[in-house]
Amino acid sequence: MTASDPAAAMTPQTYMQSLSRWRVLEIAFWLATLLPFWLFPTYLSLASQIAITALFALSLDLILGYAGIVSLGHAAFFGLGAYSAGIFTKFVWGEPFSGLLVAALVAGIVGFASSFIISRFRHLTLIMITLGLGLLLHEAANSMSWLTGGSDGLQGVSIKPVFGVFKFDLYGYTAYGYALGILFLCFLFTRRLINSPFGLALRGIRENFTRMPAIGADSRAHIRKVYTISAIIAGIAGGILAQTTETVALEVLSFERSADVLVMLVLGGAGRLYGGLIGAGVFMIARDQFSGIAPQYWYFWIGVLLVVVVMLLPNGILGGLSKLTARWRRK
Amino acid sequence: MLPPVFGVLFDGIAYGMLLFLLSVGMSVTLGLMNFVNLAHCAFGMLGAYVTVMLMKNFNWNFFATLPFAFLAAAFVSVLVERTLYRRLYRATDLDQVLLTIGLAFISVAAAAWFFGTTQQPVAMPSYMRGSITFFGLNIGIYRLFLIAVGIVVTILLVMTLEHTRFGAQVRAAVDNQRMARGLGIDVDRTFAVTFALGSGLAGLGGALAIEIVGLDPHFAFVYLVYVLIVVSVGGLGSIAGSFAAACLIGISDIAGKYYVPQLGGFLIYLVMVAVLMWKPAGLFGKRS
Amino acid sequence: MKTMLYASAAAAVLALVSTAQAQDTVKIGVILPYSGQFADGAKQMDAGIKLYMKMNGDTVAGKKIEIIRKDVAGPQPPVAKRLAQELVVRDNVDILAGFLLTPNAMAAADISAEAKKFMVIMNAATSIITTKSNYSVRTSHTLPQVSATMGAWAAKNGVKKAYTMVSDYGPGHDAETSFQAALKSAGGESVGAVRMAVANPDFSAYVQRAKDLNPESIFVFIPGGAQPAAIGKAFAERGIDSAKTKILGTGELTDDSALVNMGDTALGIITAWTYDHNHKSALNEKFVAEYKKDNNGENPNFFVAGGYDGMHVIYEALKKTGGKTDGEALVNAAKGLKWEAPRGPMMIDPETRDIVQTIYIRKVEKVGGKLVNVEFDKVENVKDPVKAAMK
Repeated sequence: MTASDPAAAMTPQTYMQSLSRWRVLEIAFWLATLLPFWLFPTYLSLASQIAITALFALSLDLILGYAGIVSLGHAAFFGLGAYSAGIFTKFVWGEPFSGLLVAALVAGIVGFASSFIISRFRHLTLIMITLGLGLLLHEAANSMSWLTGGSDGLQGVSIKPVFGVFKFDLYGYTAYGYALGILFLCFLFTRRLINSPFGLALRGIRENFTRMPAIGADSRAHIRKVYTISAIIAGIAGGILAQTTETVALEVLSFERSADVLVMLVLGGAGRLYGGLIGAGVFMIARDQFSGIAPQYWYFWIGVLLVVVVMLLPNGILGGLSKLTARWRRK
Repeated sequence: MLPPVFGVLFDGIAYGMLLFLLSVGMSVTLGLMNFVNLAHCAFGMLGAYVTVMLMKNFNWNFFATLPFAFLAAAFVSVLVERTLYRRLYRATDLDQVLLTIGLAFISVAAAAWFFGTTQQPVAMPSYMRGSITFFGLNIGIYRLFLIAVGIVVTILLVMTLEHTRFGAQVRAAVDNQRMARGLGIDVDRTFAVTFALGSGLAGLGGALAIEIVGLDPHFAFVYLVYVLIVVSVGGLGSIAGSFAAACLIGISDIAGKYYVPQLGGFLIYLVMVAVLMWKPAGLFGKRS
Repeated sequence: MKTMLYASAAAAVLALVSTAQAQDTVKIGVILPYSGQFADGAKQMDAGIKLYMKMNGDTVAGKKIEIIRKDVAGPQPPVAKRLAQELVVRDNVDILAGFLLTPNAMAAADISAEAKKFMVIMNAATSIITTKSNYSVRTSHTLPQVSATMGAWAAKNGVKKAYTMVSDYGPGHDAETSFQAALKSAGGESVGAVRMAVANPDFSAYVQRAKDLNPESIFVFIPGGAQPAAIGKAFAERGIDSAKTKILGTGELTDDSALVNMGDTALGIITAWTYDHNHKSALNEKFVAEYKKDNNGENPNFFVAGGYDGMHVIYEALKKTGGKTDGEALVNAAKGLKWEAPRGPMMIDPETRDIVQTIYIRKVEKVGGKLVNVEFDKVENVKDPVKAAMK
C-alpha cells in the first residue's frame, strides 16, 4: 500500500465501506459487456465463452490473488462442474439452473474435501499437488468412458430453455445472456466477499501465512473456506460451458486449461477483482484474432503479447496500469 | 536367466536418465536462483533440432552433433538471460511464469515455422540400434549409452559445484548475493554461466531424447510436466535429488506399464503426490 | 429485451439466407487443428484440399469455391462448435469440412444439423459421428471398418490367437472391440489385451510385456502423429521375431515415419488400411506425382487422401445440384455417389451416408532398398460394421 492510501485516515468501518463503493469505471465496464448484443451479434458465441473463462479466472483469483494459493490443477473443479452438469442434464433433467446447482454442489464437495490437503502445503509442493490431483482426475474421466464418453466427449446433452422461455439459439443470444448473468451474480458475491473482513484476513494470509493466527485468524480454516468457494465458482463456470455447448470433453480437465487460466489471470493482474475478467477477455480475443490471421502460427503472437505485457506492465495489465496512473497522479 | 524385474529396472533407469538430463537445469535455476523458467524445455527442443538438422542436412554422425546441441542451447539461453530474464530476477514468480510461458509459445511457433510440424526421424548409427542379450535379458544398446551419459553428467556436475572455485562462487551468490558481491564475486556472470549450463544440459537431453520419444514442435510443452514432477519430487536445487527422483519416476513408469498397465497414466502422478505428501520438500530438498 | 433480440436475430437469419442465395461463390469452412499436437495431420489434409482444387480448378457448376480455414488447436469441442457456429453465422459458409478429431466433429455436427449445412468429415473415424447430423458424409474410414476387416482376415488366414495393444482412449477401445469380435466370429481367440496410456512417450515396457508373453500374433492400434514413430522404435529395440510372432495393425502403425524408425524390424508387419502411396493405379500415380511436386517430395498419406476425396464429394455434389448449396440438396446429391479415387473405388452409402470402400491388406517388404507397404490382398465394398449391426 502506498503512503497516500486513504486507509490511514479512516476508521476501519469507513475503510470497509470505501472498498465496496461502486466506481464509475466499474459501472461502465459492466454496461460495456452488454454491447456485443447489438454491436457484434456474430461474436456472441465467443463472448459467451469469454464470460465462462472469465468466471473461471475469477474463481482462481480468489485463491491465487487473494490467498496466495498457486494452483496448476484448477481445471479439476471446472471439469467436475462441466461433467456433473452434463451428466445431470443427460440422465436426469435438462433445466439449466438446477444443472448449475448440481455442478456447484459436486465441485464444492470435492473442493472442500481436497482443501484439507491443500491447506497443509505451500509453494512448489502445493503447485505440484494441485497439478497431480488435477491430472489424476483427468485420467479417471478418461477411464470411466461409460459415464463420461471418454475422449469422444459426452454426447446426448440436451438442455431446456432458460426460465422455460429462452431457447439456446444458433447465434448465442441466450448463451451469452445466460453466461453473462451468472458471471455478474458470481462477481457480486465475490466482490462482497473480498471487501469483507474475511477478504482482508485472506490478504493477510497471502502476505504472511504464519503471523495471521497471532491476530486471531486461523490461516488454515480460512484457506479451506476460500478454496471451497473457489471450487464452487469454478464448477459453475464448467457447468455453463457444458450447458451452452451441449457437450463435455476431456479437455475441461486438462493441464492446458489449468495453465491457460493461470496465464490469463496473471496477464490481467492477479489479486484484483477485474484481473481475471480483463485477462480472459484480452487473451481470448487476441487468440481468436491471431488464429484467424495465422491458423498455424498464432502461438507466436500470443507469446509476443505475453512477453511485451510482462516487460511493460509488471503485475499484469491492471497492475501495470494502476502503477502508471498512480505515477501520473503524483506528478 | 535373470527374471524380467531386472529388465524393468534397467529400462526404468535409462528412461530416468533422460528425464534427469532434461530437468536438472530447471532444478538449478529454480532452486538456486529462484527463477521460474517454464521455457526450459524449449532449450531442450532447440538442442534436439540442432542434432536433427546436422544429421539430416550435413550427414553428421550422431555423437558429433551432441556437443553442438549442448552449446547451441547454452548460447541461446545466455542471450535470452541477458536480454530478458535478468530484468525479472526480482519480479514476482507470476511475472516470471508469464514471461517464460510466452517464450515457450514463441518457441513452439518458431519450430513449426522453421522445421515444419512433421515428426523428425533420426537414423541412429546401426551399432546403436537393437539390443544385446545378457543372461536372458534384453539390454537396449542405446539405453545403456543413456545410462552412461547420465552417470557421467551427474559426477561432473557434483564435482563442479562442490569442488571448484566456480562452484563455490555459485553457492556463495545464492546464499547471500550482497555478501558475494562484496567479496568481489561477479554475481551476474556467475548466474549467466549457471543458467547456460542448465539450458545446455537440457539441450543435450533433448538431443538424446529423440531416439526414445521423437521430436516435433510440441516438445517444449509435452515434457514440461515431467520436468516439473522430477524437480519437485527431487527437491529444489539438489542434483542428487533430481537424479534420485528421475530414477524413481522412470522406474515407476516402466514398472507400472509392465506389471499393472490398468493403472496406465495414473501411476506417476500417484507416485508424485504420495512422495510430496510424505516429504513436502522433495526427497533431498531442504525447503519446499 | 430478450424477445427484441430474438426478433432481430430472426431478421438477421432471413437476411443471411437471402444474401447467401444471391452470391456466386460457394464458401467452405474448414475446421482443423492447424496448431498443437495434431498440426501435422491438419497440414497434410489441407494440402490434399489444395491439391484437389489445383487439379480440378476452383470453379464448379459456375460457382467459385472459397475456403475459410479455422484452427481448433486440439480435441476441444467447445471451440470446434463455436468455430462452426461462427462460420455459419458470420462467414456465411455453405459447407463445413475438415475434422481430424472425433470430439470436434461431433460438436460441429450439432451445428450442421441445426443450420442444415452440408458437412464433410475428412478424417475423424468413430462410427457414430455421421449419425449426429443428417447432412453429414464421411470420406476417410471408420475405425471398426479397418480393424474388424483385419480381425476377420487374420482368422481366415491361419492366425488363431491374438494379443491386442491399443491406445487407452475411445478410438483405441473401438479398435480393440471390433478386432476381437471379428476374430472370434471367424474362429479365432483373443489371448490378452493391453490398453496403453495416451500420454505416453516410451512404449518399451508395453512391447517388452507383449514379447515376454510370446503370443502367436499381436494386433496394434495407435493414433497417427507422434506415436507410430515412438512405438516403431520400441519394436526395433526389443526385436520381436516376426517368424514366431506376427504383428498386425491398422495403417497408422506402418506409416512412413514409423517405417524409418523401425528399420528392418518392420519387415513382415501386416496392416489393414485404406490408402498408401504405393497403391498401383494410374490415378494414384498421378496423384502422388502432383502431391510431391507441391510438398517438397513428401509422399501423400491417408490424411491427404481424406481431404482430396472430401473435396471430390463436394465438387460432384455441387455439379449434381447445379450449384445449389442448401444442405438437403447437397446431401441427397452425395448419397450413393460412386467414384474412382486414388485409393480405389469408393461410394457414399445412400443409407448411412458413411464411406464404403476397399480395405487393403498390406505387408511391409523391402522394395529397392526401401521399406514399403505392399498390398497383397483386399476386401472389397467394406461398410462400417457398427452401423450395419445397428440396423
